[in-house]
Amino acid sequence: MIEGILIGLTTALTLQNILMVMLGCFFGTIIGMLPGLGPMTAIALMIPITYGFDPATGLILMAGVYYGAVFGGSTSSILLNAPGVPGTVATSFDGYPMAQQGKAGKALAIAAWSSFAGGTLSAIYLLFMAPSLSKVSLSFRSPDYFALMILGLTAIAAFSSKGQFLKAMMMVVLGLMLASVGQDSLSDITRFTFNNMNLTDGISFVLVVMATFAMSEALTIILKRNDPTSAAKQVSLTELGSIKINQEERTKMYKTIPRSSVIGFLIGVLPGAGATIASFLAYGMERNIVNDEEKEKFGKGSVNGLSAPETANNAACSGSFVPMLTLGIPGSGTTAVMLGALLGFGVQPGPRLYMTNPEIFWSIIMSMYIGMVILLILNLPLIPYIARILAVPKNYLIPLILFFSITGIYVMSFNNFDIYLMIGIAVVATFLRLYDFPMPPLILAFVLGGLMEENLRRSLLLSNGSWEFLWDRALTACILLTTILIVIWHVYKTMFKKTKT
Amino acid sequence: MNINTTKVISLLFFIFSAFYLYTAYQIQVFAFDENAPFNARTFPIYLGYAGLFFSGLKLILPDPNTIKVQHKTLEYKKTVILIIIAIIYGATILKVGYFLTTSLFLFSSYYFLGERRWVLMFLLSFPFVASFMYLLHGVLDIYLRDPFLQSIGIMG
Repeated sequence: MIEGILIGLTTALTLQNILMVMLGCFFGTIIGMLPGLGPMTAIALMIPITYGFDPATGLILMAGVYYGAVFGGSTSSILLNAPGVPGTVATSFDGYPMAQQGKAGKALAIAAWSSFAGGTLSAIYLLFMAPSLSKVSLSFRSPDYFALMILGLTAIAAFSSKGQFLKAMMMVVLGLMLASVGQDSLSDITRFTFNNMNLTDGISFVLVVMATFAMSEALTIILKRNDPTSAAKQVSLTELGSIKINQEERTKMYKTIPRSSVIGFLIGVLPGAGATIASFLAYGMERNIVNDEEKEKFGKGSVNGLSAPETANNAACSGSFVPMLTLGIPGSGTTAVMLGALLGFGVQPGPRLYMTNPEIFWSIIMSMYIGMVILLILNLPLIPYIARILAVPKNYLIPLILFFSITGIYVMSFNNFDIYLMIGIAVVATFLRLYDFPMPPLILAFVLGGLMEENLRRSLLLSNGSWEFLWDRALTACILLTTILIVIWHVYKTMFKKTKT
Repeated sequence: MNINTTKVISLLFFIFSAFYLYTAYQIQVFAFDENAPFNARTFPIYLGYAGLFFSGLKLILPDPNTIKVQHKTLEYKKTVILIIIAIIYGATILKVGYFLTTSLFLFSSYYFLGERRWVLMFLLSFPFVASFMYLLHGVLDIYLRDPFLQSIGIMG
């Protein structure tokens, strides 16, 4: 491991990579801060830029964008009560009341320190957990991978659907259907191309991400610009107050941060869960742990209530790298985008990544520490200035998002068809989003589609067409049992909620 | 009569899945692969049935969390205009070139979204695209085809 850490440090500490972490954190913070634009959009917009770099540098840039965007999201939660990303919704519960009391600077400082501590602690957990899990996952076979993918897709559908599990499952199937367009990987037979040569190689992953996130996000913002419910009440962006944290507040944070980082990391590792659930769970847990006097302050500007979700959502970001780096199966929509980008570089993440490409594996982990320090340095003194970006008029913001999306596709293919296809998918995605059909399950399914078919093919061929492979091995059966439990739990929760109402 | 749009979407998805399933059965496979445990049409067929199953369930089961969209507050006109501008942009980018079409796309989008600060609109279109083009083409070495700039001798 020491050797790996040294390899990682050597790669991550090159001038170019430090610059990439800084740029990633900076742009991530800015994009994540804009309400409606989350880490997936931020990373999608960065993909064309990464084409010019080697895989390690490209991934370091994207990782920087990821945690920058999560941190940026908390700024708009605190100042506008309009979370930039779902993972920072819980931040607004106590961050926004604090800002309304004239303590916006303090709230932003607590968020910055909590994010830093959560991110750094979870990077340490990742350092120890990822190599061990990689070794374990070497024993995984095709049926286990197939079952894991079913688990990942079911879990993301259950957790990201806000009570709309069937809608999320429909999006999963749609993502898999989109992934099936083009040549079959083994026989080269074309499927669903309708004799269109442009579809022979399948639909580009970047195209689907740009269409369903960046472009449809921009269209949704325009579509809803007159919606009175989306108008945010403004806290003054010029007078944020002091950013100093006193001794009493520090003591509260010292207790909150370690426990929230553990829960955030563990939830982040679980497929499909991610920063949103981590932050809500950490908030709920903290509320139950603190004394009655402190409990009363929750929702009215509590330091614990702000620190807990901020620590947990950053810890979950590092946690979500674990399944991607060790199993090659992304646990969240954002890491699915990163996995797609890695495949674009010709790198196959999985249990062998840390042996075949140690510089990528270790440099990502090492760059997380550097990224956290940079985020803190960047955010604490610059917050009053960065916060003014929230005042950028949408008249400029929207065309620029569309411009980056279309350019991203254009530089990949120099093809009008891809631009039309992207616009088409974006229009459909915008319409679906209006009716609460979640997009992260679609992206995860699209990324996993090829791998899933490949593993099902191997499993069925090895078992001579019998589906017994699903329960032949104890590991496969356990994974499938977990999937069934998630579905049962979700159905029970929905029925219980209905009975209560 | 109120029509639940989510149900309509589910119905459309059901029809789409049926069409997908029909097309999946039409996929031509090699003769020796026809009876193999797995061939090019196996996975799509499962997907087609999965699509029918989930959309069918959504259609049949009651929908207590009906989503009500306030269509009156939605800005359809500007959204459609933006989509049309994007389509025109896609249709002209190869023939005219990246610089001119992208700059005009940005300038016209700002205009149709209600912006009238001409200097800022200009700065955030033509010089902005030129700088971005320099970053991609000049610094990152990503090729950008531009017949317009080539015809006036700016680009090689």
